[in-house]
Amino acid sequence: MRGFKDSTISEKVPFWLDPKKRAILFQLMTFCLVGLLAYYLVSNTLVNLEKQKIATGFSFLHKESSFEIGESPIPYSAANTYARALLVGILNTVKVAFIGIAITILLGTIIGMARLSTNWLLSKLAAIYIEVMQDIPILLQLFFWYAIFYETLPSPREAISPTAGLFMSNRGVAFTVPEGHPAHIHMFLAFVAGCGIVYLMRRWARKRQERTGKIFPTFRVGIAIIFGLPFLIWFGFGAPMGMNVPKLGGFNFEGGLTVSPEFIALLLGLVLYTAAFVAEVVRAGIQSVSKGQREAAMSIGLRPVPVLNLVILPQALRVIVPPLTSQMLNLTKNSSLAVAIGYPDFVSVANTTINQTGQSIEGVAIIMAVYLFFSLTTSAFMNWYNKRVALVER
Amino acid sequence: MEQAVQVKELRPPITQIGVIGWVKNNLFNGVFNSILTIVTLFLLWKVVPPLFRWAFIDSAWHTTGQACKQAAGACWSVISMNYRFILFGFYPYEQQWRPFLAIMILFGLLFYSRDRNHWKKPLAYAWIIGLFTMGLLMKGGIFGLSSVESTQWGGLPLTLLLAVFGVTAAYPLGVILALGRRSKMHGVKALCILYIELIRGVPLISLLFMSSIVFPLFLPEGVTFNKILRAQVAIILFTSAYIAEVVRGGLQGMSRGQYEAAESIGLNYYLTMRLVILPQALKIVIPPTVSQLISAFKDTSLVVIIALFDILKTTQSVLSNPEWMGFSREAYVFIAILYFLGCFSMSNYSRKLEKELSRGD
Amino acid sequence: MFLHVQLQPEIGKGIVKGGLNEMNIEKKASEGQMIEFIDVHKWFGEFHVLQGINLSVDKQERIVICGPSGSGKSTLIRCINRLEEHQRGRIVVDGIELINNIKNIEKIRAEVGMVFQHFNLFPHLTIVQNLALGPIWVRKVPKKEAEETAMYYLEKVHIAEQACKYPGQLSGGQQQRVAIARSLCMNPKVMLFDEPTSALDPEMIKEVLDVMIELAQEGMTMIVVTHEMGFARSVAHKVLFMDFGKIVEGNTPEEFFKNPQHERTKLFLSQILH
Repeated sequence: MRGFKDSTISEKVPFWLDPKKRAILFQLMTFCLVGLLAYYLVSNTLVNLEKQKIATGFSFLHKESSFEIGESPIPYSAANTYARALLVGILNTVKVAFIGIAITILLGTIIGMARLSTNWLLSKLAAIYIEVMQDIPILLQLFFWYAIFYETLPSPREAISPTAGLFMSNRGVAFTVPEGHPAHIHMFLAFVAGCGIVYLMRRWARKRQERTGKIFPTFRVGIAIIFGLPFLIWFGFGAPMGMNVPKLGGFNFEGGLTVSPEFIALLLGLVLYTAAFVAEVVRAGIQSVSKGQREAAMSIGLRPVPVLNLVILPQALRVIVPPLTSQMLNLTKNSSLAVAIGYPDFVSVANTTINQTGQSIEGVAIIMAVYLFFSLTTSAFMNWYNKRVALVER
Repeated sequence: MEQAVQVKELRPPITQIGVIGWVKNNLFNGVFNSILTIVTLFLLWKVVPPLFRWAFIDSAWHTTGQACKQAAGACWSVISMNYRFILFGFYPYEQQWRPFLAIMILFGLLFYSRDRNHWKKPLAYAWIIGLFTMGLLMKGGIFGLSSVESTQWGGLPLTLLLAVFGVTAAYPLGVILALGRRSKMHGVKALCILYIELIRGVPLISLLFMSSIVFPLFLPEGVTFNKILRAQVAIILFTSAYIAEVVRGGLQGMSRGQYEAAESIGLNYYLTMRLVILPQALKIVIPPTVSQLISAFKDTSLVVIIALFDILKTTQSVLSNPEWMGFSREAYVFIAILYFLGCFSMSNYSRKLEKELSRGD
Repeated sequence: MFLHVQLQPEIGKGIVKGGLNEMNIEKKASEGQMIEFIDVHKWFGEFHVLQGINLSVDKQERIVICGPSGSGKSTLIRCINRLEEHQRGRIVVDGIELINNIKNIEKIRAEVGMVFQHFNLFPHLTIVQNLALGPIWVRKVPKKEAEETAMYYLEKVHIAEQACKYPGQLSGGQQQRVAIARSLCMNPKVMLFDEPTSALDPEMIKEVLDVMIELAQEGMTMIVVTHEMGFARSVAHKVLFMDFGKIVEGNTPEEFFKNPQHERTKLFLSQILH
């Protein structure tokens, strides 16, 4: 028996009713619109640049910069190129971001745990800290700390010294550091070797536990090795105790390690602000593990520390790490506010470059490109981490 | 076996309940906690009384700059003598009732909007009319009000303006971007992803620089944008990317069944979104959206860097006056309190909303 | 203020109770008894959740506890493995007294297994890893041996083929059976069940009850808080009814269901048996 004629084959659908073709048409229109807009903007720009006699292109990077930079981890002078100046800016940003992130994670975790503490006093103080620091704009906090340094602290001649060897003045903070000594390089090598040994020891201890069931006190022995080896080396070299103490010479301190007020203000502002957000992330992560997990682990007979290591932390970290990396990225982006208090971070240096060369488009483009690089690498890392630890479900 | 048993209620042990019980369980349960409590109380005792003395007892409240410098405590006069400038910037002195009125209208609208029962169509119209009136009050030029150029706008009205208009305009843009990002059309999706990731990857300050330095180049000769508008556009573009991500989260949370049910009734894309999906998705993400509003409010402080006279810059101008130099602490603390009050009430409201919504209306 | 003791008439097989005055509270708890509650009280703040519980469970005895929500039945069994702390009275498990001594608590926890209403499997570990966790870290058993034990008990609860899956991939009934196997891996002397089937869809309740019945037939001492009266009838030695923190009555299943003695018991039974 003949079936129905399949009507969709023979009948022609006009292209403006076919959903697939409509989609293509819509996209074409969108692209045209965006393209027209882009064309309009670009042509205007070229005309304006011509009129104002501003150069285009990136050749300015090889020109001499003729401006000084307040502080720099690598040697730099006004005779260097713009490219080198920008490099100094990037290094300054990385320096403050790195140190900032390390301290923030530590401080944020402590405050987050304090917020969860059964001690009412601690918990309430942590809650107040979190609420207050989150609600005040970070720029305001930066200005505040900078003002504290400049207005409250005295000149180097009357520097405050809370402990011996530490001097706080409006020219910065001067630390006493151990005098350079050959022992130090060996101590560092011992430290690295210690880390390697501990890593191997952990692998051995784990295999041993799988085979025999005996648990090795890896943590205690590990700490002893990592800190003990360098200590032995130090002792072996005759326990050198020479310290490089900052001494007042002229208008500022000489010797020791000096950190500029701009750097300290920036670091303080960034760390205190971001730590409040990190504390919330940590708290949410730990609370996300249901009470029943802890009870089940305790019912089997696990002690508190293994319960934390084997059951609570693995689950909590999955919830903590993604927003934590966001906060770290925020800290890096917020470090761009250094331009407001005079710390020569990347945006600061790029701003000076733009002002001097007039090439704003290239300058802004470079700024955005650098920060995009930071963001995209962080996103990539987060995606990789999420995929790796995702809980397997149906 | 029967016994004359007194069924007298037993009380919990004395160390369990009442004040003693609370103190024992919350402050001193265990050795570690007890030590922490004692150390914390000691630190508080060292810090709080001197702070209190500085702020309230030794302080000067309404004096000249010289007298302030002699006071041992805080100089709150820097605020009380300069508050008109700090709050309103360069706005003409006699006309300052106008921005004041505009702020009152804004607060009135905000206060009225707090109750979710008021969230009906008339409220939306009220907001539109309100915002329009505020702009009119500030600008003037008609109804007998003298015209005040936007270059003279400053202080609190400017901060609020940038934040409110910023989020209001960014919201629809963010929704469109979120829909575009979830679209099946690859071209549109790519464009939206590009925009969102680009904007979210860069600091706001770079966008503000772009707006103040680069935007003028985009425009044909002779056409200029005033500075505030440029900053406003930058804030709108910036916020819209973040709102797009928030809305995307809500859209992702909607079950497929909703889309399918709408389709099976015969609704097209536009109607499905407008009548079925967006009402639900946007409601789910109200808390993160309020959080975004709080961020936008804080971010307006960045316009200081491109020399717009928001409340932070007016404060700094006062501090650069030789008479009031050196009192940054007090001035910044005052501004911090303002921001804190604003943000705290918003985040409190957001928490309250979240609780209401999760209970299911 | 005098201390007065609540009188709880308890009828049951060979258990001598009633009329305790303070001197008799010092009775020994070692006559083949697995668990002994002697005048146990507990408060949550001001709320008196356990009001003088006296209970004795022999080895290989199976007890079902039922009662309205808020009656304290979950709290009672959670006191046995110290998930809750009692404030008055004594609890003795297999001759070890439950006091604030960490060693005692650990010893007791190793002998008492618990199955929760919401399974509480560890979602980031496979089924086998869930089961082997206790033996490896508490009993310090080599990994191979622990995994063999795990597979043995997985076979017992008829779920060996899921060994390498994660809890999120299993149904509710399967997860609860795994939870039972996880407790069994520690070789407990007593198994506590806190409403084990209340969170399951109806078609999965039977598979879990079947496992519990098999366990009973092998002679495990069990205390089960549940509303599943069919289970109580077929397997329990004694059914206890709790209300407002007290054990109101307890009897063999036939007597309990046929002749409830108290009004409250009758009311409760009429509500759940329909």
